[in-house]
Amino acid sequence: MSEHEKDIDTETGVETTGHEWDGIKELNNPLPRWWLWSFYLCIVWGIWYVIAYPAWPMIKGATEGYLGYSTRANVAADITAFNDKNADLRAALAEVDLAELEANEDLNRFAIAGGAAVFRTNCSQCHGSGAAGAKGYPNLLDDDWLWGGTLEEIAYTINHGIRNETDLDARWSQMPAYGEILESDEIDNVVQHVISLSSTEFDAAKAEQGAVIFDEQCSACHGVEGKGERDLGAPNLADAIWLYGGDIETLTDSVKYARFGVMPAWGPRLSVSDVNAVAAYVHQLGGGE
Amino acid sequence: MGFLNKHQILERSPTLLLVGSLIVVSIGGIVEIAPLFYLENTIEEVEGMRPYSPLELTGRDIYIREGCYNCHSQMIRPMRDEVERYGHYSLAAESMYDHPFQWGSKRTGPDVARVGGRYSDAWHVDHMSDPQSVVPESIMPKYAFLSDVEIEGEYIQDLMKTHRFVGVPYTDEMIEQGPADFLAQADPDSDFDGLLERYPNAVVSNFDAQSELTEMDALIAYLQMLGTLVDFSTFTPEASR
Repeated sequence: MSEHEKDIDTETGVETTGHEWDGIKELNNPLPRWWLWSFYLCIVWGIWYVIAYPAWPMIKGATEGYLGYSTRANVAADITAFNDKNADLRAALAEVDLAELEANEDLNRFAIAGGAAVFRTNCSQCHGSGAAGAKGYPNLLDDDWLWGGTLEEIAYTINHGIRNETDLDARWSQMPAYGEILESDEIDNVVQHVISLSSTEFDAAKAEQGAVIFDEQCSACHGVEGKGERDLGAPNLADAIWLYGGDIETLTDSVKYARFGVMPAWGPRLSVSDVNAVAAYVHQLGGGE
Repeated sequence: MGFLNKHQILERSPTLLLVGSLIVVSIGGIVEIAPLFYLENTIEEVEGMRPYSPLELTGRDIYIREGCYNCHSQMIRPMRDEVERYGHYSLAAESMYDHPFQWGSKRTGPDVARVGGRYSDAWHVDHMSDPQSVVPESIMPKYAFLSDVEIEGEYIQDLMKTHRFVGVPYTDEMIEQGPADFLAQADPDSDFDGLLERYPNAVVSNFDAQSELTEMDALIAYLQMLGTLVDFSTFTPEASR
């Protein structure tokens, strides 16, 4: 600046930039100290960051960084750390003979608590967060089991699922659509008979005729008394518990088109200990056998 | 003029300032973007990925049209809680045939990156028609109308060609068979061997249980394949990626 005359603003006593716009001059105030130092600090931090973390692209990969940070390694370590904390219990739960689980108080408590979490994450969307089910999705709080309510049976159902295409060992049965087999008045009669099994409000004349058809067509799976057959997943029709509904319209649909409830196999998604845990949880909800 | 005052030369010439800014921004851009195209640890090839089948691709368009991405993400982040809830964290390669990707940035509903196979087709129909019938606490709107909109796949070849144009490796055969594959995937009684050969692991089912082929079929076909292509029992993630 030595070759320039310093141009000092008379009002403020501050040097100007020496440039004039229509008689207006600009004060050449220095940058605030705090701003300048923050700026320098950012540069220093930037250099440190490039050294410490993966940053600079090279020919094949980025520099790995002094701290060796890796998101994938971190999450893997995180998961392992949590699993290790309960490693003994998880291993025991994976190997336990389910019939003896209840006798092992500590393990059973661990299984039920863990099973509750597994249930909320994976099962509640169909069976409800309180396990009371929804239309077409069984209530797990009662003692009316389609495929069996012992710990082993529940664990099997969870592992392999029901009527899915992905697991060859899935529980499987298929009711025929009787709309293609019976006349509609015959279906009406069967429906009245089914209602008569658990209710007092039915058309006695129709139900009587329906009983004959039921005996011929339905009893093979649902039993002569309509009490169901678990090996076939055929529901008990005499207990006034309805999966799809017990009114005339819904029952007519059920007979006419049949139902085909599917449950995915959870074996491939959950660990063995998680399957056992959620089986224990469901078993103690109220209806376990 | 001292060195520290040289910036005045740039600041007093708009053209010079513009050119200078452009150079600085370009260097920043090249350093940040260009390596992503060649660095080995940003390009991970994963076995099992395939382009979407015609019906899935149509379902994906419906997913985008209905704005599903506004509430559902498709990106399981590498964190323990997410992995515990949704499954293995998402890989970049799993979005390789997505144009545009559906990672999303907000979760009003849950992540759907691995929703495939998690629920039955019937559950999806129930849930889409009336979400509260299966999840009472849900605030998702009803999409029952999807079951009423019939689709024929008349533009499916154009759609596939468009995706090929932006880089999805649809072969001539895939495009030629597009309309047939479109119909076959929603009809378990059809001859779908060719479909499964072209699109391994595609789920063939009458998704909405109606005889008509509807938008509900397409959307469920798309949802039932999400996150199912990579076999994580054989895949080992490399920590450096």
